[in-house]
Amino acid sequence: MGDVNPALLVKDLEYAYPDGHRALAGIDLRVEPGERIAVLGPNGAGKTTLTLHLVGVLGGGGGRVEVSGLPVDQRNLREVRRRVGVVFQDPDDQLFMPTVAEDVAFGPRNFGVPEPELRPRVRAALDAVGMAAHAERSPMHLSAGQRRRVALATVLACDPEILVLDEPSSNLEPVARRELAEVLLSLDRTMLMVSHDLPYALQLCPRSVLVDGGRIVADGPTRELLADSALLAAHRLELPWGFRLD
Amino acid sequence: MSASVLYRPGDSVVHRLPAHVKIVAAFAAVLGVVATPREAAWAFGADLVVVVAVWAVAGVPVGWFARRAVIEIPFVLFAVLLPFVGGGPRTDVLGVSVSVEGSLAGWNIVAKGTLGVLISLTLAATTHPRDLLAGLRRLRVPPLVTTIASLMLRYVEVIVAEARRMRLARLCRGDDSRFLWQAAAVARGIGVLFLRSYERGERVHLAMLARGWTGTMPAPPAAPPGAARWLAGVSPAVLVAAGCGVALWVT
Repeated sequence: MGDVNPALLVKDLEYAYPDGHRALAGIDLRVEPGERIAVLGPNGAGKTTLTLHLVGVLGGGGGRVEVSGLPVDQRNLREVRRRVGVVFQDPDDQLFMPTVAEDVAFGPRNFGVPEPELRPRVRAALDAVGMAAHAERSPMHLSAGQRRRVALATVLACDPEILVLDEPSSNLEPVARRELAEVLLSLDRTMLMVSHDLPYALQLCPRSVLVDGGRIVADGPTRELLADSALLAAHRLELPWGFRLD
Repeated sequence: MSASVLYRPGDSVVHRLPAHVKIVAAFAAVLGVVATPREAAWAFGADLVVVVAVWAVAGVPVGWFARRAVIEIPFVLFAVLLPFVGGGPRTDVLGVSVSVEGSLAGWNIVAKGTLGVLISLTLAATTHPRDLLAGLRRLRVPPLVTTIASLMLRYVEVIVAEARRMRLARLCRGDDSRFLWQAAAVARGIGVLFLRSYERGERVHLAMLARGWTGTMPAPPAAPPGAARWLAGVSPAVLVAAGCGVALWVT
């Protein structure tokens, strides 16, 4: 059955913001279950707009999105949002409850997880990101790396089929960045990672798509894509100084 | 808002009472104080004794409340002026002519205001802000109000930290916020902060929607407190109300 339905199917997706700016101009993307895929592109390419379409927060342009065969529309929003977990770029936008544990419980409670099951779920999600010891602390008093991992736990607690990460490595010190990568690699889930951190994409995602001007301009193995310096240069991307992939 | 500003963690009987019982008790006590006739000075004294007794049971020192009660000072200053600017018949106190009506009005504000502030501080000192919100929800306060309040509780800290960073960045570029003529930069900073907070609000809303939010905060169920705890919780308010009733009877 998994062979029939891809984890994620995006077909001719278009979207223009109310001010007329055309953020998505016909995106086609198919992600198979278990795949880890990086969505690369310069600022303003439409990457975040794309992620907001995957959970039905934005919509109403052209085209369609399906999550394991389920179309993203008003009738299915709740189920879609349970299946797709988005970790936002700024953990302060995501963590809004007084304690870490309450924040992690927010999503499962919304999705109707009964109270007796909630505690083990919160615990398991915090264990998965190595933050169980901080359950009763305020998210405000955690470091940036810890907050990012808690933000990930808030989504893992909903047990999503697809994990969508928006710039997961931004504002992280090298150690926190590596720790997050280890956590992400230990999760056996379909993953879509939006980033312009190219080495991070290489480390985490075997496949990448390059988005620019609201379209997918390249799709292939991450290593091949990043080795094509002419392609990267044409879309305002480049590897950090000192990096070579040939 | 850092919870530690008003909340003092503890494990007393008062701390352990369910928040909604304490909210009802505090509200009733404030109503009792306000309804007490201003001439019955003894009743206000009795109210103060009740409040101090609650502090003793809660194990919160008097100094904790005294320092936080300074918020009342502007009102006290206003009340102190009333005897001098009030109209009507006047009388001499220590050789100074004061208005009888103004003196009573001033005393009324000071006594009731102080007791009101102290009762509120007692509630805040013994109840964690998030329990206060849970209590309000249990008292059927509209969910929109409690949702806004809980978000405010969370984001005031973020906004204050942002304001502090902006101020630091201004000072690093030679601004000296002590000078009045540089208030314009401060005002613009506040404007920018408002816009940023507004935008953050939109992003928080999106992030909540993405986790299945439907408009009401999911809350863990809580066992009802039972008659004995209700009785214990509202007993100080009952004493205040009794004092108020006697005062109304005799005056």
